[in-house]
Amino acid sequence: MLKIKNLHASVEDKSILKGINLEVKAGEVHAIMGPNGSGKSTLASVISGKEDYEVEKGEIILHGEDIQELSAEERAHKGVFLSFQYPVEIPGVSVTNFIKTAINETRKGQGLEDMPAKDMLKKIREKAELLEIDRKFLSRPLNEGFSGGEKKRNEIFQMAMLEPQLAILDETDSGLDIDALRIVANGVNKLKSKDNAVIVITHYQRLLDHIVPDYVHVLYNGKIVKSGTKELAFELEEKGYDWIKEEVNA
Amino acid sequence: MELKDKLVSSFLVFENHVNVDSKIHDIRNEAIKTFENLGFPSKRDEDWKYTSLKGVLKHDYSVFPKQEKALEYKDVKRYFIHDMDTYKIVFVDGKFSSHLSETTHDKIDVCLMSSALEKSKYKPIIENYFNKIVAKDSLTQLNTAFSREGAYIHIPKNQLVDKPIQILHFSTGNEAALMLQPRNLIVVEENSHVQIIERHQSLTDNPVLTNSVTEIFASKRAIVDYYKLQNDNQEASLVDNTYVEQKSESFCSVHTFSFGGKLIRNNLNFFQKGERVDSTMKGITIIGDKQHVDHNTLVHHIEPNCESHQDYKGIFGDKSTGVFNGKVLVEKEAQKTNAFQANNNILLSDKATINTKPQLEIFADDVKCSHGCTIGQLDDSAMFYMRSRGIPKKEAKALLMFAFSNNVLSSVKIPQMKQRITKLIANKLGVNIGFDL
Repeated sequence: MLKIKNLHASVEDKSILKGINLEVKAGEVHAIMGPNGSGKSTLASVISGKEDYEVEKGEIILHGEDIQELSAEERAHKGVFLSFQYPVEIPGVSVTNFIKTAINETRKGQGLEDMPAKDMLKKIREKAELLEIDRKFLSRPLNEGFSGGEKKRNEIFQMAMLEPQLAILDETDSGLDIDALRIVANGVNKLKSKDNAVIVITHYQRLLDHIVPDYVHVLYNGKIVKSGTKELAFELEEKGYDWIKEEVNA
Repeated sequence: MELKDKLVSSFLVFENHVNVDSKIHDIRNEAIKTFENLGFPSKRDEDWKYTSLKGVLKHDYSVFPKQEKALEYKDVKRYFIHDMDTYKIVFVDGKFSSHLSETTHDKIDVCLMSSALEKSKYKPIIENYFNKIVAKDSLTQLNTAFSREGAYIHIPKNQLVDKPIQILHFSTGNEAALMLQPRNLIVVEENSHVQIIERHQSLTDNPVLTNSVTEIFASKRAIVDYYKLQNDNQEASLVDNTYVEQKSESFCSVHTFSFGGKLIRNNLNFFQKGERVDSTMKGITIIGDKQHVDHNTLVHHIEPNCESHQDYKGIFGDKSTGVFNGKVLVEKEAQKTNAFQANNNILLSDKATINTKPQLEIFADDVKCSHGCTIGQLDDSAMFYMRSRGIPKKEAKALLMFAFSNNVLSSVKIPQMKQRITKLIANKLGVNIGFDL
């Protein structure tokens, strides 16, 4: 589904990604771990098309097509979804109106008609239930005054509504208490299928207890320095990142 | 000839067409003298520091249009709020158009200034209210000097006016350049409620300058909702002078939507002459090119326990310029005043300008007055957030701007009006989405 080849990216002339290679197939869950400042969030932003980043070299191929020239919205229309580490507050736009607009604009981008209002409502109700979101919550202005947990739950709610093929969860576990973490993870797991894929970006192993990865990659200094299975996550949890740094620098 | 000289000499011609042996004409006479002394305002005047009329005054305006041109309703329908029943007072090149209008004398008077100024049955109202609260500034005086036509609305006690009243001024381009000076008088007596929509629309690319004066009187417990829709074409300029006097427990709101025109100057003045008065003034300005919109507001708090709410949002693109000058004057007797003022602006281009100047003069010691103005750009992180959810750039931008203006839009009480404004904003932003915010 997604193939990243020798990806180099920088922001304001500061080189951050220095040759990433990654292949994600449909049905898989990949975890990307690594210390602060290793480039995890940059990778997520570059895949989703944030314009602040300059891709200097390499390819990002989605379903066989290089998507580097596509705008963020065009990538979204092709099924890319990024759950933000820090969701942005948009006062004046309710959660419901935002998601309705997002869905219908995405459908427009895919050459489809607007979703009938009845289906939309049904879907909203269904997905809100899945994420244990209160109806009142849906009429609040998007992310404004939301707690950390509410923001993350709302991100996954939007993911559930948009049903992306490739979901990137950037530090979705930060700011979540254990109950919220369980709800969010449960939501993600329910959405998983053999046709879509998930990239989970995290510092800690605790989210991976709930969303079990097929592969774990360690990102350090702009490169994937180690890949393995879920056992690698346990090892990192236990030993921290220093041994990786030593291995790389040796 | 300079426009000023032309106007002063035109006054003599004007006198041939009106009854010069009347109190009204004494007022006109006085006014033309004041205008002659003052001349047009220039950037040297503190109140006009950021708005220059120079470019607007250079045209050779006709002051009295010669021929009349009939308009067909179907050709101008789109400028009306046409999906609801309303009273209509319509003028074409300054002259009343009876076939486009729908006036009434049934319990209320929704009719013409020209007949109100002449017929004796209106005399008590005219003598009590006409020209009573206007300022002595040159443009208002100029309008007074030539005051003859406009809307006359009188709502007696305890009337809930059954449908909104639309006041429309069309200019057709029959003249190479046209100056219009409509004069409106609106008197709403005790416990009555009225909704009014006002619009000036040029149908040509010939220059038009409108210098309008509206006096509004809201008696005890009256409710007046006034909407100004300013979406004129690129060669049309407007100076709108509106004066509102409110008696105790009255509520009056003026919403001004400025989306088009070459230059717009809104002088909006509220005088609170009673206790527990509520004055609300709100506006959305969305302009581009080299357009210029200036909001100059005044709230004069004279009595205790009153409120005023000002909320103006501006979005400026290209080389457009905005001005907001909001003056709140709280007299010593006006204790327990609550006065709020907000002016928030978004600049979409490096060459757009906003000059914003809150001016608070408070002589009472037990009041709550707040003001705030902000100038910013569209938030990049919000843009990326929305785009990553599949909302294209243009639509994302529009959604942010709608959200930004929502506080003003949400207090529009006529649903059809609100819908129209929403549509106009969407058109202006080039998007086709009915955000139901």
